[in-house]
Amino acid sequence: MQNSAINVIFQENNIKRLFEGLFVTAEIAFISIIIGSILGILIGLSRTTKYRLVLFINRVYLEAFRIIPTLVWLFVFYFGVTTALNIDLSGEVVSIIVFSLWGAAEMGDIVRGALQSLPKHQIESGKALGLNYYQVYRYVLIPQAIRRMIPGTINLATRMIKTTSLVVLIGVIDVVKMGQQIIESSRFQFPTASFWIYGFIFFLYFIICYPLSRISKRLETKWSN
Amino acid sequence: MDKNNNPVLLEIQDVYKKYDDKEILKGIDLSLHKGEVLVVLGPSGCGKSTFLRCLNGLEKIQGGDIKFKEQSFTDKNANWQKIHEKIGMVFQNYELFPHMTVIENILLGPLKVQKRDRAEALAEAERLLERVGLLDRKDSYPRQLSGGQKQRIAIVRALCMNPEIILFDEVTASLDPEMVREVLDVILGLAKQGMTMVIVTHEMGFAEAVADRIIFMDEGKICEESEPNEFFTNPKTERAKHFLNIFQF
Repeated sequence: MQNSAINVIFQENNIKRLFEGLFVTAEIAFISIIIGSILGILIGLSRTTKYRLVLFINRVYLEAFRIIPTLVWLFVFYFGVTTALNIDLSGEVVSIIVFSLWGAAEMGDIVRGALQSLPKHQIESGKALGLNYYQVYRYVLIPQAIRRMIPGTINLATRMIKTTSLVVLIGVIDVVKMGQQIIESSRFQFPTASFWIYGFIFFLYFIICYPLSRISKRLETKWSN
Repeated sequence: MDKNNNPVLLEIQDVYKKYDDKEILKGIDLSLHKGEVLVVLGPSGCGKSTFLRCLNGLEKIQGGDIKFKEQSFTDKNANWQKIHEKIGMVFQNYELFPHMTVIENILLGPLKVQKRDRAEALAEAERLLERVGLLDRKDSYPRQLSGGQKQRIAIVRALCMNPEIILFDEVTASLDPEMVREVLDVILGLAKQGMTMVIVTHEMGFAEAVADRIIFMDEGKICEESEPNEFFTNPKTERAKHFLNIFQF
């Protein structure tokens, strides 16, 4: 293995650098998922209202994030909003803002879908027992909605983790960028470095995302029994 | 035993209800006495289920008034929680909460609404489960039960709130025929103990056996009100005669 290109991974402090990059990726993804989930739950609850204006605003918000590519949102915030408001935001902060907003929009839709998929009778049953509005949500609707939200939420989380690879384009040094730099600097020594480095990055994404889908599967089987 | 001398629990005066422009109830007057079992019959779409749902406020009425003891439903400050607590309801589609076990389903109201002591509520729940023969299923989930079992649990859940009235909305209509009996027996048992009930059903034999009074509704109005024996043998109106004939082959 002396001359094998796989050594590029273990050379110098490349592994350490890749993990640093991975940490940036994971940091942006997980902070955004958490903020996005909290905001998303509030948005989802607000979307069960009858007020047309609230529904309309929510609809526009969701569609804006569905129609306009995430990359464009990153550019809008990184180049546009910062100049317009004359503020200075790092690429990472912009990434977290954009991914949180996107996550919140999608999460809101998942929460709304889960709540609306519950039979209306469940609400009536709760009311007939004397539960108040808040208690119907707390004890009847939300616990059931959470069970229905799990597959969509895990799917969203993995999508968000994967899409963080776009942050390279606003100058954030994530795991992909770090890999590129390593490949560049070892081009002469290891011409096939890209295979090994990207292969390793593939593996890194896998070890973040795979446990999520395992958890999702496990919860689904647990709750279906 | 004349229950008409008992105090009136529900006083229903000229109740009017419409959905959008469709009139469902066109002026219903009725009083329900304590301990009385009232069975509401009528063709589909006559408004009997809607009427029942008005009796615990699940449907708002557009005219007239309903009084539970002294509490008027049209009062802006009506204490709905109290009304729901005292007027229980069992639905056609056994609406147990699927994410809770049988015992959790039953205890939710007593613990969270009535804030009762857990041990005391549990003892009552178990006593009631025993009575409907389902104590051994108390840790099961609703999906593990048959339709008839679910419906008996739903009755126990309503009973455990110690309501003064229970409303039954076609509780056997979604059941397989062989399970109807076990549910009706439970209701019959409650009638014997003097529970005040309003029952909407299509089970004529049961209606005759359980009712103190039969209300026959058609097109949003009460057409006929009589003793069960009289209603089934000698109905006064043509519509009731016609309705009863449908049930005979």
